[in-house]
Amino acid sequence: MQTLDMSELDLRTVNATLQQQKADTNQTVWEIVNPKGSHAIAVGLDGPIEVAVRGSTGYYCAGMNKEATVHITGSAGPGVAENMMSGAVIVEGDASQYAGATGHGGLLVIKGNASSRCGISMKGIDIVVHGNIGHMSAFMAQSGNLVVLGDAGEALGDSLYEARLFIRGTVKSLGADCVEKEMRAEHLEILGDLLERSGTDAKPEDFKRYGSARQLYNFNVDNASAY
Amino acid sequence: MDKINDVRNGIPQTDPRKSETFTDSINSEIRRAAATGIYDIRGGGAKRKLPHFDDLLFLGASISRYPLEGYREKCETKVTLGTRFAKKPIELDIPITIAGMSFGALSGQAKEALGRGATMAGTSTTTGDGGMTEEERGHSQKLVYQYLPSRYGMNPDDLRRADAIEVVVGQGAKPGGGGMLLGQKISDRVAEMRNLPKGIDQRSACRHPDWTGPDDLEIKIMELREITGWEKPIYIKIGGARPYFDTTLAIKAGADVVVLDGMQGGTAATQDVFIEHVGQPTLACIRPAVKALQDMGMHREVQLVVSGGIRTGADVAKALALGADAVSIGTAAMVAIGDNDPKWESEYNALGTTAGAYDDWHEGLDPAGITTQDPHLASRLDPVAAGRRLSNYLKVMTLEAQTIARACGKSHVHNLEPEDLCALTVEASAMSGVPLAGTNWVPGGDGNY
Repeated sequence: MQTLDMSELDLRTVNATLQQQKADTNQTVWEIVNPKGSHAIAVGLDGPIEVAVRGSTGYYCAGMNKEATVHITGSAGPGVAENMMSGAVIVEGDASQYAGATGHGGLLVIKGNASSRCGISMKGIDIVVHGNIGHMSAFMAQSGNLVVLGDAGEALGDSLYEARLFIRGTVKSLGADCVEKEMRAEHLEILGDLLERSGTDAKPEDFKRYGSARQLYNFNVDNASAY
Repeated sequence: MDKINDVRNGIPQTDPRKSETFTDSINSEIRRAAATGIYDIRGGGAKRKLPHFDDLLFLGASISRYPLEGYREKCETKVTLGTRFAKKPIELDIPITIAGMSFGALSGQAKEALGRGATMAGTSTTTGDGGMTEEERGHSQKLVYQYLPSRYGMNPDDLRRADAIEVVVGQGAKPGGGGMLLGQKISDRVAEMRNLPKGIDQRSACRHPDWTGPDDLEIKIMELREITGWEKPIYIKIGGARPYFDTTLAIKAGADVVVLDGMQGGTAATQDVFIEHVGQPTLACIRPAVKALQDMGMHREVQLVVSGGIRTGADVAKALALGADAVSIGTAAMVAIGDNDPKWESEYNALGTTAGAYDDWHEGLDPAGITTQDPHLASRLDPVAAGRRLSNYLKVMTLEAQTIARACGKSHVHNLEPEDLCALTVEASAMSGVPLAGTNWVPGGDGNY
């Protein structure tokens, strides 16, 4: 294992070192110690490496990740794994606002709670939150899956497109054009796979599925109150 | 006696009088809204008459100032953008760039033409809301990649392939508003690039999804620099609403370049009420932005690019004289490659409009093949010939700006200054901060914005 100590190395050195690890690297296992809540740790990674961040992080940890697996042992600040393309990001603690925002792919697992706007504008990423999520989560979510073992805050899935939302607990309120939908076999299969890959033994049958009513996809003056 | 008998009997009548408030145009819009139940959506920028660069004049040199010989003495036009933090600033031959316009709003052929024309003229072009296409990357020697609230198509590979990154906070046509692309233009390819269902009315967010204020933006910019190795210049584009404060905050957030777009700046599609009633004229935005740069000690270190209604080399020279480092054109570039060309008049008539007024770009029926995703219409635009036209136009504008700069005794267009200008109207004088012609009077206070 290679160790990058942020009490000795600056952020640029840490990120440049990790970004240099491409598909053919032999140095596949890394740890970052003393992250001290720094912003933009392990962003723009571009190879199949494993990075353990020993502690908590500031904004945008693992932003735009490709292929790498980033494991944060503490909590994550706003925008963790934003715009992730592939790979995986695991947060042992809680995540602040915008977790997984605009993510195109990969798996984000938050073992604690996630704050507001979790999965905002998600574009294919899978997000599994073991705890609760805050208000306006999955706002304008385009595709991918958001799985929440706990409760969801206000205005879940407001103006969402084709993303699937699976919630086991309560939903304080649904956002515009978000409705509860039938849980079919293919959804149970998707959900079961995500639960297994995110390290929980929760049962797919205990969840409800939410998605777009598709009433706002094209303008209609009779829906003006929803705009 | 009743009116009808008065008329029959030849009694003189007052001329019928139409309201200056309820004009024919206003009434037609009321009837249209009542019939359709939807606000008027269109492309382009503000069409109302506004104080503009036409209201300024240059004071050519004579005895008190010494001119340069018109065609013989050098007048430089090069500009470097991104000198503050970026390892690889963008070096342009001319101070005129092509503004962000998306594939989706424009056809692939139109994007290719913009890239070709900009490259031939030695300048940059810019992506738009919808990601980077191979056509524009392949044909644009210098390409600015927009980072928009929607993040459609955003990925680290394209970030690294870009020559600069433009964080779009707002645009002049709709400060505070998001993008719009209606279902007619969401083709298979556009839908795939944006990860949306085909045929929906796509409305982009007006705010970025993962930052909310200038402190967050500073961290966001740091993240983008970390992802791209601190190589790329990072622009921040703002709509002309509160230019002093927004420029100040953009500088504070770490911008290399501020792009300032006034309300004449175009859009692919938004509500007419937004275009015509939100924002400030370009002329009113430049001096407050320059003052912000000066107050922060960053004028010329952070470059200012001004857009919104730039049409001629005179406009370029005036924007530079007021303190900009470069300008950007969108609508004018579209006209140069063929938009609203009278040769399509019969087809414009069939759409209920006329050449020069066509602005229903969101409907995807553009006879010129520019604002469309229809393969038949798009094939009308030859990207090679259109690129040549754009290059010609850019070079003409540059020559015009040089002509004026030499007449003012300047060996570089950047040496133009407010003292080279006077204003024709009180309004233009107040907005631009240059004296009313024939006076030493500048209305509008002491320049505290």
